[in-house]
Amino acid sequence: MRPSLKITSSNITILATLLLFLVLYGIGSVMFTGFFSLQVFLNLFVDNAYLIIVATGMAFVILTGGIDLSVAALIALVSVVSAELLRAGVHPMLVIPSVLVLGTIFGYLQGYLICRFDIHPWIVTLGGMFLARGTCFLISTESIVIDNPMYRSISNAKVPLFGGASLSVSVIIALITVAAGMYVSKYTAFGRNVYAIGGNERSASLMGLPVYSTKLAVYTLSGFCSALGGVIFTFYMLSGYALHLMGGEMDAIAACVIGGILLTGGFGYLIGPMLGVLSAGVIQTIIMFQGTLSSWWTKIVIGFLLFAFIALQRAIVSRREKSRKPDALKKKDSQKAAISL
Amino acid sequence: MSQQPSMLHRIKRSKMFWPSVGLALILLFNLFFTPGFFNIRIQSGHLFGSLIDILNRGTPLIIISLGMTLVIAKEGIDISVGSVLAIAASVSAFLLQKQVPFVLALVAGLLCGALCGYWNGLLIAKMKIQPMIATLILLTVGRGIAQLITGGQIITISDKAYRYVGGGYLLGIPFAVIIAMIVFLLLYFLMRRTAFGLFLEAVGANRISSEFAGVHASRVMLSVYIISGLCAAIAGIIISSNITGADANNAGLWIELDAILAVVIGGTSMRGGRFYLGGTILGALFIQTLTTTIYTLGVPPQIVMFVKAIVVIVVCLLQSDIFRNIVAASFGSKQGKKVLAS
Repeated sequence: MRPSLKITSSNITILATLLLFLVLYGIGSVMFTGFFSLQVFLNLFVDNAYLIIVATGMAFVILTGGIDLSVAALIALVSVVSAELLRAGVHPMLVIPSVLVLGTIFGYLQGYLICRFDIHPWIVTLGGMFLARGTCFLISTESIVIDNPMYRSISNAKVPLFGGASLSVSVIIALITVAAGMYVSKYTAFGRNVYAIGGNERSASLMGLPVYSTKLAVYTLSGFCSALGGVIFTFYMLSGYALHLMGGEMDAIAACVIGGILLTGGFGYLIGPMLGVLSAGVIQTIIMFQGTLSSWWTKIVIGFLLFAFIALQRAIVSRREKSRKPDALKKKDSQKAAISL
Repeated sequence: MSQQPSMLHRIKRSKMFWPSVGLALILLFNLFFTPGFFNIRIQSGHLFGSLIDILNRGTPLIIISLGMTLVIAKEGIDISVGSVLAIAASVSAFLLQKQVPFVLALVAGLLCGALCGYWNGLLIAKMKIQPMIATLILLTVGRGIAQLITGGQIITISDKAYRYVGGGYLLGIPFAVIIAMIVFLLLYFLMRRTAFGLFLEAVGANRISSEFAGVHASRVMLSVYIISGLCAAIAGIIISSNITGADANNAGLWIELDAILAVVIGGTSMRGGRFYLGGTILGALFIQTLTTTIYTLGVPPQIVMFVKAIVVIVVCLLQSDIFRNIVAASFGSKQGKKVLAS
C-alpha cells in the first residue's frame, strides 16, 4: 500500500480506471465541441455526487467481502421521509439529522442480522431493499415536491470556481466523504481490519481482529452513507418519490467494480468508486451530447465495461495466486469465494 | 400442523413443512376473509376461480424459480433472469412482427435464453467470476439489449398460436399451467432419475471434493445456467403472450428477487447442496397467493413489497442455525421471539 509510481498488480486496476476515464473524456472532447470545458467536467461531479457517496460506503462493505443491496431503496426512503417531514413543517435542521440517524439505524439492523445470525448479506439486504421501498410506498405513493426555502437555497447554492465554472454544495460533501473514506481505509485500525477480513475472514478472526464489530460497523457505515447520499439526492431532485433510483444499487456496485474494488473483498482503493462513477458519468454525457443514441446504450456500454474490468481483476487475482506459492491455502479460499456468491 | 409438540423436530426434518404451513395459513385466511375464494366454476369449458387464477399468474415465477433452484443448489445465483426473460420475449415478438413462422420465433426466443445462460455459465465456470457479479453484467446489459431489439417500444403480438401459449386453455386448464407442470416434471426427472441431480448436489456441497471424485464441476455449472436461462426464456414467452406484447422495460422486473425468495422459502439453502423442487413450487405459490390475497383485500398493492420484506427476514431467521439455537434455548416463547426479531 506504499505510494509508488511503478505499475504493480496492486495499482493496475486503479490506473486502468483512470486511463479509461481519461480516454473516454478524450473521445468526448474530440467528438463534440464544448465537451472539453471545466463546467462539463464539474457537472460530472454535480450530477453524481450522491452516487459517489453511496459507492464509497458500499466499497467498505465490498472490501469485507459482503454486499449491500438496500442502498438505492434507502435513498428513496430518505427522500420520501424528508419530503414528508418538510411538508409537515419540521425544520430542515431537524430533518437532515433525523434521516441520517434513520439510515444509520437501518444499516446497523441489517449488519446485526448478517453478523449475529450469520445470514447471507445478499438475502438480508434484499429484504432491507424490499422493506425500504415498501415503507416508501406506505408513506406516499406519489412524488412529493419539496418547496422548503432552505432546501431550495442549498440546492441552488453555487460555489464559484475560476473561469465562471461552479460547483454545488453536494460535491463538496461528496469529496469530503471520499477523502474521509481514503483516510479511514489507509490510516486507521478499522480500515486495516476491513482489508484483513476481506482478504481472509478466518485468519483475521484467528489473528484476534474484531471481525464481528468491524462487519457490523461496515454495514452501519454503508447505511449512513446511503442516508447522506439520500439527503444530497433530495437536494438534487427537490422531491421525495418511492420510485427514485430504481436499480441504483447496481450502479453503485458497478462503480465499485469499475473502480477496481475486488468483489471477493480485501483489495482496492477507496478513490476507485469515485472514478467508477465518473467513468459511467462520462459515458452518459457522451450519449447526451451525441443526441441520437438512446438511453439504453448507456446500460450496454456500462455492462461491457463491467465485464472488461471484472475480467481484468480476475486475471490479476489468478496471476497473484500463481506467483505466490505459500498462498496455496488462500487460493483454495478465493476459489471457494469465486464459486460462492 | 396438528403435531404441535414435535414442531421443532419437524422443522429440522422436513423442508416442505414451512412453505406448506405458510401456504395453508394464507389459504385459511382467505377461507374466512375472502368470500368465494375457493369457488372453482367451469365457464365455457374453462376452469375459473381465484385458485386457478393464482396458478395461472404464478406460472412464470414457478418456472423461473425452478431454474433458480438448480442454480442455488450449486451455490450460485442468477440475478439476470429478469433481463433474459425480457430478451427472449423481445426476440420472439420481434421475429413474429417480421412475419417469421411461429415455431421459428419461439425456438429463437428459447435459444436466446439458452445462449444467455451459456454466457453466464462461461463466466462463472471458466473464468471463475462470482455468480452474482457475472450475472450482474447480463442484468445490466440485458435490458439494454432487449430495448435495442424492441427499439424502446412495446411490440404487440397478434399471432394466435403465440397468444395461446400464455392465454390458451387445454382441457379446461390454462395452458401456461400445463407448461409449468411439464417443466417441473422434466427437471424432476432429470434431477432424481439421472445422475445429473447427484452431480449437482455434490458440486453444490463441495466443489473441490466433487472434482476429486471425478465430477466435471464446470460442465455441471454450465448446464445449470443454461437450464436457468431456458426457464427464464419460457417464462418470458408466457408473460409476453399473456399481455400480447413484449415490454423490454417492465417485463419481469424484479422477478429475480421473487424467484430467489421462492427458492429460499422452499427450503433450499443459499449455501448450496440439497435442493427441493417441490418446495420451490410451494414457495412460488406462497408468494403468488400472498400477492393475490393482498390485491383481493383491496389493500394498496404497494404493501406487497413491505409484506415480502417481512417474509424474507423471517425466513432468513428461520434458516439460521444460530437463531434456531437461541429459540430452542428459550423454548416456549417461540412465537414471541419470532415477532420480536422480525
